[in-house]
Amino acid sequence: MAEVTIQQAGPGVTVQDMGRPGFLAQGLSRGGAADRLALFEGAALLGQDSHLAAFEIAGSFLSLTASAPVRIALTGAPMRAFCDGDPLVWQASHALPAGARLEMSGSRGGYSYLHFGGGLAVAQVLGACSAHLGAGIGRMLEAGDRLPLGRERGSVAGMSFDPFDRFDGGLLRMVETPQTQLFPQAQRERFTETVFRKDARGNRMGQRLANDGDGFGLQAGLSILSEAIVPGDIQITGDGAPFVLLSECQTTGGYPRIGTVLPCDLPRLVQAPASAALRFAFVTFEEAVALERAEAKRRADLGKHLQPLIRDPHDMTDLLAYQLISGVTDGDDLERKRP
Amino acid sequence: MPLVKQRQQEEGQPVIHPLGVDGLLIRFGARLCEAANRAALAFRAAVEAASPQGVAESSTSLTSVYLRFDPTYTDHAQLSSAIMPLLDSRDWYQADLPQGRRLWRVPAVFGTELAPQLSEAAAQAGLSPEQATESICAAPLRVQAIGFAPGQPYLGELPPEWDIPRQSDLTPRVPEGALAVAIRQMVLFSVSTPTGWRHVGQTALRLFRPESDDPFLLRPGDEALFIPVSREELETIRETDGSGGAVAERLR
Repeated sequence: MAEVTIQQAGPGVTVQDMGRPGFLAQGLSRGGAADRLALFEGAALLGQDSHLAAFEIAGSFLSLTASAPVRIALTGAPMRAFCDGDPLVWQASHALPAGARLEMSGSRGGYSYLHFGGGLAVAQVLGACSAHLGAGIGRMLEAGDRLPLGRERGSVAGMSFDPFDRFDGGLLRMVETPQTQLFPQAQRERFTETVFRKDARGNRMGQRLANDGDGFGLQAGLSILSEAIVPGDIQITGDGAPFVLLSECQTTGGYPRIGTVLPCDLPRLVQAPASAALRFAFVTFEEAVALERAEAKRRADLGKHLQPLIRDPHDMTDLLAYQLISGVTDGDDLERKRP
Repeated sequence: MPLVKQRQQEEGQPVIHPLGVDGLLIRFGARLCEAANRAALAFRAAVEAASPQGVAESSTSLTSVYLRFDPTYTDHAQLSSAIMPLLDSRDWYQADLPQGRRLWRVPAVFGTELAPQLSEAAAQAGLSPEQATESICAAPLRVQAIGFAPGQPYLGELPPEWDIPRQSDLTPRVPEGALAVAIRQMVLFSVSTPTGWRHVGQTALRLFRPESDDPFLLRPGDEALFIPVSREELETIRETDGSGGAVAERLR
């Protein structure tokens, strides 16, 4: 079975997939990729199922070797990537020869993803491969780790696409929570007029935000009984700073929440560099559901928007090898229904 | 944003709130009370049995039920209408506790370096450390909710003198199996974590065993009776008994 061997891994390199839905009643949050959209993009580039597991690299570095010829896709926050010293285009798929050494570094922050044809086939725990560090499932990867690859069913490589624009901050749309109306109107308005930036305190559980000027919060003494919380919830903690819950958040909480970021806008938050401006705006629940449905359709159609990588022959060190590793397609690979 | 039929929260009257883009929260009380806790557990069981279209999963917290739905199949208003007949079909506050409940006898060390905040918490409750241990172990405590972390129970309710606040500063880390107290409740920690609850006891329980076929030890409605043991006894249990010395018997 083909496998990859990690040569070097910085902090925050984990195996991630769509997570484990279905265990909220037992206190286990779904977890999974911090930027779930990147999994759809990787799957589209490789023409395979979006539930297959990939490497998530949280702003650090990773280098590895593959035991067999492999197809890879690079998505999420762009990094510098090299195969045996030759640069690889990000937001694209590539075919690599057996024994190739792949090196990725130079992230600006956010989460980067490395996908393999056939996916990472590590043992499932409670129905998923993803590490859930907060729950003690899986762990960060380190040098010497060997991970098996799943069965390769595709052959297309050398494709690219324009990723959904989410690497420079921007607007985060949100819906009201059961506590939104407890915040005075003036404060809700100020919240939507404020420019926020990511605080250094952020991980897969949540991201703290910072702003100039006053903080936010309910009048002292208003206590809220602990109840269900969801990724995207914007908790206002004791120090007045918003804390947005993410993939690996706890399942219940008692902090007041001023809004809930739409799932389709969370990639814009998790991929924002530290310097990027973030703003919030309320939308209605009807608008939010319509936006989610449109995004689900857009994700399902990603495969229709792939384009062959445009290559400059001068950049090709070995034209013959290049032809071989780019792979030949039957022409209908992208139209075929994915498993 | 009146998409969902909302009523003002009154005692003894459930309210439906939208929660996020793909969820509803059915709240049976804004404050913790035994009847609202029972109502939440019973209503969730009824929803699971009825499995309304589009519902992906459900959970309970202390006094509320969360329903997560697939927004490609339904929305807040539709699902809210769909569950309204079930919600109105009976007085959920009169519901029985869930079936198949168990009483767990759980060995625990109170105080010592293993649980360093017993004296402090006891003083807050106006008790000596010995009285505090006796009070906590006097009667079984019910699992009111599982949540926050995997398999982690909120246990209650302790006598009124235990209505002590959480500490304002977090304890940087309590170990797995720690027993901590605040606001007439106890939490048994399933993972090592920072907390504002005071660490008064230590068990050898593993509440979440992801590698096991039955990964979650406790269920809402179960009861736990803590048995004080010495530090040496707990160490022996830890070495010899993978289940932390907990013994279960069926209730009723």
